Amino acid sequence: MKLIAIYLIGVVFGVGISISGMANPAKVLNFFDIVGTWDPSLIFVMGGALVTTFVGYKLVFGREAPVFEDGFSVPTSRTIDTKLVGGSAVFGIGWGIAGFCPGGALPALGTGRWEVFAFVAALICGIFLAKFVQSIAAGRSADAT
Amino acid sequence: MFETAFTPWASLAGGVLIGVSATLLMLFVGRVMGATGVLAGLVQPSSGQDFAWRAALLAGMVTGPAIVWLVSGEMPAVNVPISTIALVVGGLIVGVGVTFGSGCTSGHGVCGMARLSPRSIVATLTFMAFTFVTVFMIRHVLGA
Repeated sequence: MKLIAIYLIGVVFGVGISISGMANPAKVLNFFDIVGTWDPSLIFVMGGALVTTFVGYKLVFGREAPVFEDGFSVPTSRTIDTKLVGGSAVFGIGWGIAGFCPGGALPALGTGRWEVFAFVAALICGIFLAKFVQSIAAGRSADAT
Repeated sequence: MFETAFTPWASLAGGVLIGVSATLLMLFVGRVMGATGVLAGLVQPSSGQDFAWRAALLAGMVTGPAIVWLVSGEMPAVNVPISTIALVVGGLIVGVGVTFGSGCTSGHGVCGMARLSPRSIVATLTFMAFTFVTVFMIRHVLGA
């Protein structure tokens, strides 16, 4: 029951991404190209998603707990550090090169286009690379203390 | 350069659906709808249960384009105006960035911003700024 509900939520997300244009790198890159072939459509994606989620969360957080779990598992960290800002900057550079972000690319796998699979394969390699670097760094700091 | 049509209504409707799905995920399982977290949890799950809900969510996401195709008769457009090398290099960089930055457009840009999380606001402003600069550099300085 729970997994079916989650699957259907994924479908809603996938349809949303598909019709929004976030799955289309040409459209995403044009959004960022204000002085060139500008396409402001993505403002409407971000705006629509943000307002809906803001109102939706307000309603949901009025509950004691989610339907299928004992409590909410939302990120609680409030630390703004180099890792957060540096990582986000690096993500921005990659997004500006490729035009796909993870949320745009995952549903786009369903179009069967090989370019999406190439991007997601590289994305997964990048995630492993970063986790590997993080584990080495964690090992070093553990040795130091 | 690749021109794309301005689609305010489709984009707004898509954005609202993204928001609805984020809200429903919070309502049912109390989790943030972050593509980075979904993918990272799938390739390196901490438990079987952890894997199962993410796999179900990803399976749903991947079904999205087929639903659009059934309703409209057309697959969503995926136009890649860059070389395969740029696509792969960009993918690698995105993977590194979202892992260190703990999130991407969906996690920080939508869910975190909607919770008014200071971390997500800083992250979103940072990656948006860097994406703008990167696109400007590639298209108008390097002229690629």
